Amino acid sequence: MLTRSLDRGAAIFLAVVAACGILIPLSNLLLPAGSFLQVPTYLVALWGKYVCYAILALSIDLIWGYCGILSLGHGAFFALGGYAMGMYLMRQIGTRGVYGNPILPDFMVFLNWQKLPWYWYGFDMFWFAALMVLFVPGLLAFCFGWLAFRSRVTGVYLSIITQAMTYALLLAFFRNDFGFGGNNGLTDFKDILGFNVQAEGTRAALFALSCLALILSFLICRAVVSSKLGKVLIAIRDAESRSRFLGYRVESYKLFVFTLSACMAGVAGALYVPQVGIINPSEFAPGNSIEAVIWVAVGGRGTLVGAALGAIVVNYAKTFFTSGMLAPYWLFMLGALFILVTLLLPKGIVGTFNAWRETSKERRPAASAAAEDGVTEPKMAEKAR
Amino acid sequence: MPTNLSARLCTFVLSLFLIAFALPAFAGPFEDAVAKFANDDYSDTDEAIGVVASSGNKLAFPIISALQDGRLMADPDSKKVYVTGTDGKSIDAATGEPVASVPDSASAVRLNNRLRRSVDAALGSLTLQSPDLGARLQAAQSVFKSHEETALEPVEGALAKETNKSVKTALGEARAAILLFKSDATEVQKLEAVATIKARGDQEALALLSDIGTDQPASVTKAAASAIGSIQSSLAVWSTVQNAWYGLSLGSVLLLAAIGLAITFGVMGVINMAHGEMVMIGAYTTFVVQEVIRTRYPALFDYSLLIAVPLAFLVAGAIGVLIERSIIRFLYGRPLETLLATWGLSLVLQQAVRTMFGPTNREVGNPSWMSGAFDLGQITITYNRLWILVFTLAVFMILLAMLRYTALGLEMRAVTQNRRMAASMGIATSRVDALTFGLGSGIAGIAGVALSQIDNVSPNLGQSYIIDSFMVVVFGGVGNLWGTLVGAFTLGIANKFLEPVAGAVLGKIAILVLIILFIQKRPRGLFALKGRAVEA
Amino acid sequence: MPTKSIHDIAASFSRRGVLAATTGLMLGLASISGAKAADDTIKVGVLHSLSGTMAISETTLKDTILFLIDEQNKKGGVLGKKLEAVVVDPASNWPLFAEKARELITKDKVSVVFGCWTSVSRKSVLPVFKELNNILFYPVQYEGEESERNVFYTGAAPNQQAIPAVDYLMKDEKVKRWVLAGTDYVYPRTTNKILEAYLKSKGVAQEDIMINYTPFGHSDWQTIVADIKKFGSAGKKTAVVSTINGDANVPFYKELGNQGIKAKDIPVVAFSVGEEELAGLDTKPLVGHLAAWNYFESIKTPANEKFIKDWQAYTKNPKRTTNDPMEAHVIGFNMWVKAVEKVKSTDPDKVIDALPGIEAANLTGGTSKMLPNHHITKPVFIGEIKANGQFDVVWKTPGLVAGDAWSKELDGSKDLIGDWVGKKCGNFNTKTNKCLGSGS
Repeated sequence: MLTRSLDRGAAIFLAVVAACGILIPLSNLLLPAGSFLQVPTYLVALWGKYVCYAILALSIDLIWGYCGILSLGHGAFFALGGYAMGMYLMRQIGTRGVYGNPILPDFMVFLNWQKLPWYWYGFDMFWFAALMVLFVPGLLAFCFGWLAFRSRVTGVYLSIITQAMTYALLLAFFRNDFGFGGNNGLTDFKDILGFNVQAEGTRAALFALSCLALILSFLICRAVVSSKLGKVLIAIRDAESRSRFLGYRVESYKLFVFTLSACMAGVAGALYVPQVGIINPSEFAPGNSIEAVIWVAVGGRGTLVGAALGAIVVNYAKTFFTSGMLAPYWLFMLGALFILVTLLLPKGIVGTFNAWRETSKERRPAASAAAEDGVTEPKMAEKAR
Repeated sequence: MPTNLSARLCTFVLSLFLIAFALPAFAGPFEDAVAKFANDDYSDTDEAIGVVASSGNKLAFPIISALQDGRLMADPDSKKVYVTGTDGKSIDAATGEPVASVPDSASAVRLNNRLRRSVDAALGSLTLQSPDLGARLQAAQSVFKSHEETALEPVEGALAKETNKSVKTALGEARAAILLFKSDATEVQKLEAVATIKARGDQEALALLSDIGTDQPASVTKAAASAIGSIQSSLAVWSTVQNAWYGLSLGSVLLLAAIGLAITFGVMGVINMAHGEMVMIGAYTTFVVQEVIRTRYPALFDYSLLIAVPLAFLVAGAIGVLIERSIIRFLYGRPLETLLATWGLSLVLQQAVRTMFGPTNREVGNPSWMSGAFDLGQITITYNRLWILVFTLAVFMILLAMLRYTALGLEMRAVTQNRRMAASMGIATSRVDALTFGLGSGIAGIAGVALSQIDNVSPNLGQSYIIDSFMVVVFGGVGNLWGTLVGAFTLGIANKFLEPVAGAVLGKIAILVLIILFIQKRPRGLFALKGRAVEA
Repeated sequence: MPTKSIHDIAASFSRRGVLAATTGLMLGLASISGAKAADDTIKVGVLHSLSGTMAISETTLKDTILFLIDEQNKKGGVLGKKLEAVVVDPASNWPLFAEKARELITKDKVSVVFGCWTSVSRKSVLPVFKELNNILFYPVQYEGEESERNVFYTGAAPNQQAIPAVDYLMKDEKVKRWVLAGTDYVYPRTTNKILEAYLKSKGVAQEDIMINYTPFGHSDWQTIVADIKKFGSAGKKTAVVSTINGDANVPFYKELGNQGIKAKDIPVVAFSVGEEELAGLDTKPLVGHLAAWNYFESIKTPANEKFIKDWQAYTKNPKRTTNDPMEAHVIGFNMWVKAVEKVKSTDPDKVIDALPGIEAANLTGGTSKMLPNHHITKPVFIGEIKANGQFDVVWKTPGLVAGDAWSKELDGSKDLIGDWVGKKCGNFNTKTNKCLGSGS
């Protein structure tokens, strides 16, 4: 049994996510439409999307905040998970596609494909697709990490080649010959496990599931970072060479946590696709991956709550600013947000908040100081130049 | 109705009289043909071109060259056609009489591609003996392309009088082309023609030989087939040369985009995601310079790029210094945070340019010395690509010299190698930081001037180069300008040799995968810095 | 690092804290969902990217709709109510298109949406429009193979652009050899599939067709232009049919101009290059290259001249160009207004039923009609690029061409028709007499 430690922030976070996961779907389904407390369906879908982004942010924080691996290609794992789910959903359309072909998805019919490519086999079964959601991103991360970590590609080099990876995948998935629908991607889904994806009940259930996945991911990350493994990861983050000299197999630790993180990103993508209704190669765009990293930075690198919170806050801001009068200016705000956060809140919202609490507590007699736990914020390895 | 009819009859009779007496010149086929230009009908115009060109009338050349330049005005109401001279004076196309002014209802006779070809063919036979050397050469070439039998006589006439060697060759080729397609030419003539065209050896010769049809004597068909074979094999060799040239050219573009990054990232260690936006700012500077020149000093247009280069350097450099002072200096030693802040900055800059200049592409023209192409053997080299290559190498050399021989360069190297030591020696490190970043940004701005000549000038310009630039710098080895040079040209050439085989998309993917694998093998790039600096 | 056992958690966080946070969140949700119920206006959604890569094309369309709404309001609005535009920015991000569409319909309660440019953005919002039953007017030429109850396609289908253009080149320019060059995405892929089948049916051999795809934003065209030159030197008249999209066009045409490919030797006919795209180019080396559209700014009709004048006055820019998708929005907007006035309601079901058969004048002098397959009739023009960046119409179809939702040239769709009036089905198979798939 792992000895779990939950500080107050984490506990509140988990409780809020759980409460939302239960109350929002219930309010959406049970309360009459238009009532003051009823959450409209479109907000359920929207918040479901945020929750998926939060899982992605957690997965990035796990490797960046706790192991110093800055992946600028994590969107690739997210998208691969999404594609695996999308392929399942495409196969579920069956004869309801516009051409009524029982096997081939529509885009294959109008490009005159005669039979289903081999890599689409098996995706008509949910268990297989679910397995692939974990397996495909995991395998890619494992191969990539195995190569990169063993050759000691670190720091910005690693960031740049992860970016190259997602860019190469972007170009590949854009190709129509690749068999994943090209630029249009996979869309027009009908059913998931026999339930209509657009039905309110399904949406509510998907939202609840996403919240559950967020809670589980959070607990897994907590378990990892608070275990002995986590301590080694932090050691690697802060002084990689020293850890290696102390006899730790640095690359194995990194590889494990990188693969785990990719699987989590894959799950996030798989939950994202049915709620958003489309998966397309633009999810592989390097810009998306960088944005996801920025969520983590905004929320607070090295604080799991912060990562999730950052994803939700930034995306909420994006939704808010892209409508109405502010629409032409939202990129200014988003850009300025990134600059200001890195300059003024280098520890992110949660990190800064924790630090502030820490100092205010120090001023008080240290009666309850010991109660404050939590994982230490990353020491930013500030080397004098 | 009756009144209407009688009125029409009256007009008709009257016009008959007019034609019979007042304008007797209208009777000839030349005048009829000229009048057809006023019908605004492409097939009528085509017919008119043929008649006018073969009429032997001295007005034929002015009319057809005016048609080509859009100076042939036709009045659809009076069916009169006028030639407006380049000097602004006009004549009546049918009579050659000067006219005071062209009526407002007249508009330029319209052309389409088919007619443009007819015009070229007609002008070809009309200008074969022009005193202007260039015009004769062009005429010979257009006859070669159109190879119409009617041109044989003028070509032979011109050939007899021609003294210039290259025009003579061109005329010979034109004659050969005509003979090859002339049904009553003798077999010997045709075989000679095949030999002449084979000697020309380019793609147009190939086109001509492939098109001779089946009604030729067997010996001619055979000779043509062997000529096609030999031209094709020589062209295959040339295509390798061509790929290499394209690779160099692509490499120079990559180098240009990456060279500023090699300074900010390679020398300073700052990951500047807004680097692409500096390139974009340089391109927009060029646009602004050209706008001012277009409206105020149109004569200076050919110098617009020369003016834009220093300006772009200053604008982008100044913005770079501003960025360094206001953002980046707080983030030294935290490369990953710099990455995020500059990414935010790139969003802001893009949107700022979009707000200021609009989201659509802006037109940046090529000055005359950067337009067009010349043939080197069997490959076409475009002037803009050539100049960009030259320019890139010049920028590279100047930069290298600057780092090596100037005081600022010395200080930069000192600060990079050992900041504390440099500070102790009295170097104002923060000033050097700002200047180095400004230099990198300024060079990106210069790159923008060059890229505006081959790419879109739009707010998205920088985005398309940023990933490639990082790849070049990382592949070449961070902190080494020579590495960037070799990296850029290697990637450019590899890309261009892969493209014909794998296609543009797969080629690019292959390059990216190769880079990823290469980095595993040599984590610090082609030319890695050695020693303690690596671990710092 | 002091740790606590799981039992202490309950004590360590206050229930009040959780309750407060959750309530706050719920209130926040409720507050952004609270739509203003303004009954005195009719809301019109505008779903065009104002930032990101597509802003270059879509911003103009947003302005067009704002302009049309302004003009309509000057005439007294619709059904005695003023129109009110609700503008959102989907930021060239396809999932965001779906999100914004949902927001427009659910939160802002718009009666109709004008929007989208790329096929993928349309595909992304389609399920939303079907689920929430609203109306989308889609103004861009596209690959066809679609007929949805909630979407009205006012841009050209392939038979209203690609096929007439190829016909023109075959008849007038006697083209025998074809390069089909496009960006690798669904519109060029489908268009080229259709053209390939069509050319073969006209007796063009496989070796006389070269198909080439490039990635989005491709900027180094040296190799491809050289290949085109080589392909064109086989002794047969060659033409390029370009479905190259967006930003890639400028470097493509610059390379064409510089390598000296003249329109009179190898003409290029483009389906995605209009007045806006040419605005970023020096067109002198490109004179004679062609484009096929249903509208050109240079077409001289009183309606068009008035439109251009009003548009330039509205945007306060005497150089502002107009283009084909703008005209599509003009037609679509007027059709919607007429349909709403006919049924005296903005209820989507009623308007959708009323729209087929509605006629609206187009700017080139004819009258376009909404067909039962939700596409419209349009004239087709072939224009040659002029030195001033405009087009000179060299050919046009004798009458209006009806848009085919399903291409007759493709095996998968040759038996399909869209008919939302009689059959109530977007993909009706005339062979089996069945409505395929979900259909609605």
